Amino acid sequence: MSFVMDPQPIEPGIVLTEEQKRRRRSRSIAIAVALFVFVVLIFAVTLVKGPGVLVRPL
Amino acid sequence: MSLSGQRAGIAAPLTDGVSYAEPSMAGAGDYLALMKPRVMSLVVFTALAGLVVAPGPMHPVLAFFALVCIAVGAGAAGALNMWYDADIDAVMSRTSDRPVPAGRIRPGEALAFGLVLAGFSVVFLGLMINVLAAGLLAFTIFFYGVIYTMWLKRSTPQNIVIGGAAGAFPPMIGWAAATGGIGLESCLLFLIIFFWTPPHFWALSLYRCDDYFRANIPMLPVVSGEAETRRQILLYSLVLAPVGVAPWLLGTAGLVYGCIAMLGGAVMVVLALQLYRAPKGASEPVAKRLFGISIVYLFVLFAALLFERALGLAQFGLPFGRVVA
Repeated sequence: MSFVMDPQPIEPGIVLTEEQKRRRRSRSIAIAVALFVFVVLIFAVTLVKGPGVLVRPL
Repeated sequence: MSLSGQRAGIAAPLTDGVSYAEPSMAGAGDYLALMKPRVMSLVVFTALAGLVVAPGPMHPVLAFFALVCIAVGAGAAGALNMWYDADIDAVMSRTSDRPVPAGRIRPGEALAFGLVLAGFSVVFLGLMINVLAAGLLAFTIFFYGVIYTMWLKRSTPQNIVIGGAAGAFPPMIGWAAATGGIGLESCLLFLIIFFWTPPHFWALSLYRCDDYFRANIPMLPVVSGEAETRRQILLYSLVLAPVGVAPWLLGTAGLVYGCIAMLGGAVMVVLALQLYRAPKGASEPVAKRLFGISIVYLFVLFAALLFERALGLAQFGLPFGRVVA
């Protein structure tokens, strides 16, 4: 008795063009930069405001 | 058997032919364009003026953070505007290459991008700076995205007059971020931008009239004609000139600002008068000049405020108001 199954046809799925890959990379880099800037900003503001970071005037 | 709506005799859905599995063609630059960077730069600049002119010190890091939040909020409003206006942007030559009508960003993506940015900017401005500034920013985004874009723009020739308030709020937000309140001085800065907007945009709409007509937008030249638009531009310029000088008269700004405001206001009025008197059909070069000069006018006015503060010249204001050192 053999358990070898028939080979499934390999579907290529969505194949990105070079241009699509380039644009996806630019989006990924932009998201990374934005996240980094966001974290640095929040860190800096937290340092400036000290322990009362959430104590704010109206 | 086909389940296709067309073959079954049912009207094809709007999404026919669009595959949502299709990878996005948007680059980072398209998302930046969605935020209207040129408008954003003017918003940041005027907000900075409001922040600097405000009495009392503000830590530079907090001031920078507030400006970033205001910039992102302005970008969110721009993205929401481009999401909603994609249909009219597509038929106007000036805007047809924007990311949504050009098909590089889907409308849903633009909407989500705008909403996320709006939420982040308002929440963090409220958490880190103060609730009043955050409330004003939220109201500005709502005013631009809903009141102006969704309602006024397509329904009344006064669209940019009332909608201009959205562009006038940033110095007030900057002031509120620095002080936690709203002063007369910030209201003056608001009024300058408010009265500057009609001559600026109507000058543009005079030589882009065909675009607005094709897009079915009731801009003043489309609805009331060229002559009435020129008359309105002159009237608003006559109001703008003294309003521009008011910060000096009331002691908020100094002599340098006062001189620049008087000179700039005079130039605006002269150009508006030239436009008013220009022969019919020959107004385009004057309208283009007025449009360009109006940008310079606003920039120089707010730059003078910043320059005076930087050099400590603001104490030479006229004695009609309190002197702010």
